[in-house]
Amino acid sequence: MARALTVAEVEASTFYDPHEHEHAAGGNTMLGFWIYLMSDCLIFAVMFAMYGVLGTSYAGGPTPKELFDLPLVAVNTTMLLLSSITYGFAMLEAQRRRVPMMLLWLGITGLFGAAFVGIELFEFSHMIHEGAGPGRSAFLSSFFALVGTHGLHVTCGIIWLVTLMVQVARRGIEPANHRRLACLSLFWHFLDVIWIGVFTFVYLLSTLR
Amino acid sequence: MRTATSADVTLHDASHGDEHGHGGAQIPHASMRDYLIGFGLSVVLTAIPFWLVMSDVLPSKAAAGFTIMGFAVAQIVVHMIYFLHMNAKSDDGWTMVALVFTLVLVVITLAGSLWVMHHLNVNMMPGQPAPDIT
Repeated sequence: MARALTVAEVEASTFYDPHEHEHAAGGNTMLGFWIYLMSDCLIFAVMFAMYGVLGTSYAGGPTPKELFDLPLVAVNTTMLLLSSITYGFAMLEAQRRRVPMMLLWLGITGLFGAAFVGIELFEFSHMIHEGAGPGRSAFLSSFFALVGTHGLHVTCGIIWLVTLMVQVARRGIEPANHRRLACLSLFWHFLDVIWIGVFTFVYLLSTLR
Repeated sequence: MRTATSADVTLHDASHGDEHGHGGAQIPHASMRDYLIGFGLSVVLTAIPFWLVMSDVLPSKAAAGFTIMGFAVAQIVVHMIYFLHMNAKSDDGWTMVALVFTLVLVVITLAGSLWVMHHLNVNMMPGQPAPDIT
């Protein structure tokens, strides 16, 4: 029999995809996190542009060739690269739902990350001690801003990593935690990609000049 | 954005079952092979530019500069594919669209800043020593 549709029914048929609930909460999280990473990428692009513009303004102060210790940078790069592969191993263990092995690899990743930040802080303090602090010249201001922003990201990544280790230890690798691990995986590998730009454009190219 | 027919949903559920039912999140499937290939390539692509600069093997600085930039681009692509699991299909291509859009903005930002500031330096900086005022 014919009857007028209620407002709710009209809305239901018009605006709701009856199968939408099949996509559980968090279905778009990976895409959303990717968009965040892309905007973070723009922050770094602006920082790189700043370094590109100011990187030769030494104000009579020390030049990259005098300051940068390339073997130390190579060690630092190795730390970050190793942490990338160990995070990969952690994700493989997460796929197999093997919590203890995953926690072990995450822990190793965190240690490599901490070593990276430690070496960077050592380098910074050494430079500041030599009178080459961020206030010495525009080159050094932009250097500390760019490399420091990256180091701050890695530090945040380590805090996030420790938080996730606690969560996984308490609640296991359930869908939400697996999703969080995958987001941190993107973040961690993304920081390694940014570091490729840093060691190439900041350390290697400036030393060549 | 998602208009799933019941057939699609069934397919979707089946594929999710294979991936231990992770609740609809599009977590890319990783493999040991991918990580090892990516790591091996990264080590090579990192070691060569460091070696080029530290042992000063290339005759001209310009050649060395372009070479290590080439290695950087190659390594970024390697990381994107093997570590970040980028492909044109994930999230119906939206991750790739976002990446390409970001790259366009990055190129405009970098090239624009360097270009404008270079001309500013050339035209505004005193080319000669400042006039003697003593």
